Amino acid sequence: MNRGLALKLLGWLRPIAPIILALLIGALILAALGRDPSAFYLQILRRTVLSPSGAQEVLVLMAPLLCLAASLIVCFRAGLWNLGVDGQYMLGGVFTSAFAAAATASMPYWLAIPCLVAIGIAVGVVWSMVPALLRAYQGVNEIISTLMMTFLALSTGAFLIKTVFDDPESPVPQTIFLPIEDRLPRLFDSLVHIGVIAAVVIVLAVHVIMTRTAFGLKLQIVGHNPRAAEHAGLNVKRLTLAVFAISAGLAALGGAIDVLGVRGVVRADWHPSFGLLVVPLVFLARFHGVAVIAFVAFFAVLTIGGESASRRADLPHDFLLIMMSLILLILALTDHLISRLKGR
Amino acid sequence: MHQHVHAGAPAAPVVSLSGITKRFGPVLANSDVSLQLYAGEVHALLGENGAGKSTLIGILSGLLQPDAGSIVVRGQTVSIAAPREAIALGIGTVFQHATLVPTLTVVENLLLGQPWWVRLRRTQTLERLAELSRLLGVSIDPDATAGELSLGEQQQIEIIKALWRGERVLILDEPTSMLTPQGVRELGVVLNRLRSEGMAIVLITHKLHEVLEFGDRLTVLKLGQVVGALEPQRFQEMTEDQARRFIVSTMFGRKEDSVDSAASARAPVAAAKRQTSVLQQPALLESRGICTVRRQREVALDGVSFTVHSGEIFGVAGVDGNGQKQLAEVIAGQMQASSGQVFFDAHDLSSASVAQRQALGLRYLTDDRLGEGTVGSFSVALNSVLKRVGEAPFWQRGWTRDAQITSYASELIATYDVRTPGPDAPIGTLSGGNIQKLLFGRELIRAPKLVVYNKPTYGLDVANIQAARDRIRAQAQQGVAAVIISTELEELVELCDRVAVMSRGRMVGIIEACDDYAEAIGGLMVGGDSR
Amino acid sequence: MDTLFTQAFATAFIAGAITAGVPLWLAGLGEQISEKSGVLNLGLEGMMLAGAFVGFSVALATGSFALGFLAGALGGALVALLMVLLCVVIHLNQIVVGIAITLAMQGATSLAHHVMYARDFPRLPRQNEWAIPFLSDIPVIGKAIFTHHPVIFMAVLLVPLLAWVFRSTHIGLNLSAAGEKPAALDIAGVSVGWTRGLAVVATGLLGGLGGAVMSNIGAGLFVPFITGGAGFMAIVLAMLARGRPTWVLGSALIVGLAMSVTTALQVGGLQIPTDVVQMLPFTLIIVVLALFGRRAGLPASLGLPYQRGAR
Repeated sequence: MNRGLALKLLGWLRPIAPIILALLIGALILAALGRDPSAFYLQILRRTVLSPSGAQEVLVLMAPLLCLAASLIVCFRAGLWNLGVDGQYMLGGVFTSAFAAAATASMPYWLAIPCLVAIGIAVGVVWSMVPALLRAYQGVNEIISTLMMTFLALSTGAFLIKTVFDDPESPVPQTIFLPIEDRLPRLFDSLVHIGVIAAVVIVLAVHVIMTRTAFGLKLQIVGHNPRAAEHAGLNVKRLTLAVFAISAGLAALGGAIDVLGVRGVVRADWHPSFGLLVVPLVFLARFHGVAVIAFVAFFAVLTIGGESASRRADLPHDFLLIMMSLILLILALTDHLISRLKGR
Repeated sequence: MHQHVHAGAPAAPVVSLSGITKRFGPVLANSDVSLQLYAGEVHALLGENGAGKSTLIGILSGLLQPDAGSIVVRGQTVSIAAPREAIALGIGTVFQHATLVPTLTVVENLLLGQPWWVRLRRTQTLERLAELSRLLGVSIDPDATAGELSLGEQQQIEIIKALWRGERVLILDEPTSMLTPQGVRELGVVLNRLRSEGMAIVLITHKLHEVLEFGDRLTVLKLGQVVGALEPQRFQEMTEDQARRFIVSTMFGRKEDSVDSAASARAPVAAAKRQTSVLQQPALLESRGICTVRRQREVALDGVSFTVHSGEIFGVAGVDGNGQKQLAEVIAGQMQASSGQVFFDAHDLSSASVAQRQALGLRYLTDDRLGEGTVGSFSVALNSVLKRVGEAPFWQRGWTRDAQITSYASELIATYDVRTPGPDAPIGTLSGGNIQKLLFGRELIRAPKLVVYNKPTYGLDVANIQAARDRIRAQAQQGVAAVIISTELEELVELCDRVAVMSRGRMVGIIEACDDYAEAIGGLMVGGDSR
Repeated sequence: MDTLFTQAFATAFIAGAITAGVPLWLAGLGEQISEKSGVLNLGLEGMMLAGAFVGFSVALATGSFALGFLAGALGGALVALLMVLLCVVIHLNQIVVGIAITLAMQGATSLAHHVMYARDFPRLPRQNEWAIPFLSDIPVIGKAIFTHHPVIFMAVLLVPLLAWVFRSTHIGLNLSAAGEKPAALDIAGVSVGWTRGLAVVATGLLGGLGGAVMSNIGAGLFVPFITGGAGFMAIVLAMLARGRPTWVLGSALIVGLAMSVTTALQVGGLQIPTDVVQMLPFTLIIVVLALFGRRAGLPASLGLPYQRGAR
């Protein structure tokens, strides 16, 4: 088999092999624990894809995940590690939830929702400016700074909920509950709210912007080769700030959609942690918008179906974390193999 | 000439290289190189950039393996597979770029590499350091942080490191290129002492007066081959002037049967004619006293001033690493000057960004094609518009117009004869020469007024080299000025109206085209400014 | 208000700070070793979790805390070996591998816990503490600082020990060289791969020990995700400590104090929101980053794989 053919095959295998291998290894672990792998995987499918309400739940879960994916695509393509997405997501959700009841009470519905969304996004953007400025002007490693900002976000969010944003009528510290009729409108009679559509559109929009516009190209140049970016006359500092702002805004949007579409309320102990899990999905999809939708769908199926299957098999659903990490590792190895084959 | 006296016929050589050949892909770095190293002798190795000196040193120090040829050390044929083995054979190397860990102290650097399970042998190390310092006639503070020492002192430590285990062969790669005159004098003292101790020393240099002062024996490399050698006896017999002429003509002289020689023969006459008219053109680029801050391990610019006229081809010669790259980056806007000014077309460039300078007609073709000039994972087409992202007609209101980019790229490819499967091929699949052609096209399109070329023909084959030079010349006819930074003297001689020589961050002289253009420039290059 | 200043309270407060801080500085010291050698180890959280689980299980099974700690350290080291294989030998991206390892360990320990302990949620008995004679009789601080499980004292001693190793042994020199200028180390004849590999394993040992301390002493049991981001916290502390073990100790104690203060305030009935106090160490870190970020003093080769003669 010549190298060209091998490379082509590997290119196809690349996204699929890690998933299949991970499922296989998962099956082995299940068997080792005395559970029936086929029953497990079947239950996953039955709970999600094969059930009308299950499928809707999957779609609803995909909404905030897709926002996170879009956020990560933007910053990874630009070569920056925004590991603060969880914090930005949380604060976006907290602020949106905090003003939700007040907004819907004082403004017409069609105005309130966009305002709330805008608030959420703005908070995320502002929150990212500290690591962004540090990185752009001082060259400070954004991994540390964004991680720190996440910790700060969790504390700040909790503090705000316990004090300023607290619902005085509820025994537990939480924001004012947003009744279902005031949340994001749903499609037909289903659970799927327009946030899902919006998220899909956003991911596709991000993809288009990154691949078909001048701005997207500039980000990619900075991401691939910052020296070439300088040489080409790009303003790397300003682009860095822009990347952080967009990435954080999208993550915060995810939080806002989560609140406005599903949750309706935020408790002080809310610790969203989807960010780290979306990272392997984004890498699997090679930052490609359409592919990422497929992988996020796969992950949503695994999460919702996996929860049910895990309960039936008497296992914690964190079992899926193992699967995700396997996918990430096998993917890294496959990529390494491919670049070795391409020859250096 | 130095006063060293040889004690009759030398004994067998300590190290003998025969027929060493080494290839890197298509490039033949060393071709059938043979030379001998004797105890108590300084063997000077001369040659321009790309002559093969670094490769030879790499082979001797165990970093590289020769494709053919043999190495004989003290009568035994050996193969040196790793730096450790070179040390074991008694060969110590002082590289051009420091191998000291900048955050550790002198003593700690010297302690590196000793068996780790023993306690730090500080006292023993200090003793040996003192011993070797005495031998060399230098004094170093053992507790000073390596990164904060002067380059000269760092080098002294490198020499001490190289001699640590009683090595008897010492290789010095361009040791004086970054030293002050004082540092050079101190090095000279060290060399003399080592020689009298019976050390076999290899001195790689391009500085003529160092060869005359320190060398006992010399070998000249050019394009991977030995083109000239002088044994001690013959060397001693020559006068300084004779030796100088021998070296310069071997290093820079014209070969009778090469294409270049015909062109070079033409060049000075034609150049002289052009020159008078060109120098009367208005000044286009003016630099006044540019200085830069010294970055780690790099030379800083120290008051560089010159003027380039419209339509002039201005050359910048000098051994690599003497500030040429910094000069190019300051002019292009990628590096800030700490003092001094640059004027282009009557505009003060002090606050002009890279993009603004490009818009004014000032272009920069970098030598670092892959690291800086292109984005390796992008297609040829995208790379051709890399410096114009967002501009019409390739982008309309921000949207990429692929058709426009592709047709533009195709035009570039056709005009500049870029060999590629197509505009959408990833640029990494192109050969260096074709990438260079693309870059040429990229910079020369859209009314340039002055292009700074950094090593424009580096790594190209003969046909491409000629095409590139013709192109530069043609542009100059149309009034596009050029600043050519190059280590190829022939190229500068052929193309340039004037050539400046850079050494240690300063422009040490500007030579106008004349009859013995090459010798004059070469003389300035090897002369340096330590006279 | 009075309760705030009773001796018992103050003792509990300071002791709590130390107990909270120990895992942080153990893990932080471990990360410091990795980073010194040039490896950015984002799998620390995973190594701590592995250590916590293994340490707890062994202590539960054998009844010996000492064995538990040893096992915890070895558990972390095992996970570290995986990182060595993938990052130092195969040269995969250190950040991606680190995240993957963290996720894997989160899942694996959660799974293992479920399988083994979800029925009865066993707890470990409170172990005997050593009281250093004399010193532990000092009011308040005596009980707080000088009366602890021996492993805590070991952890304290580790700080000057590591400082000594960094400064005065070949190991320390090799680590510095590997992180600053691996080429120099290579030329000196020392294997960069081995140096970095051993450094990462050391990180696993210390991270695992830190995790075991968290579960065995801090909580007395294991629950999934018990480390709660402590590993990432430790990574940041290590990055900011500029290669000095004492700074890791100091910053870990500050964070530990902040964490201990929250419980203290609740007990004391003070109205200062605990979240505000918890925010303080993080804010401090950001400020430090802003002021000193540029001269971060991070090893020049951090995160970059080393290949001899690579052009």
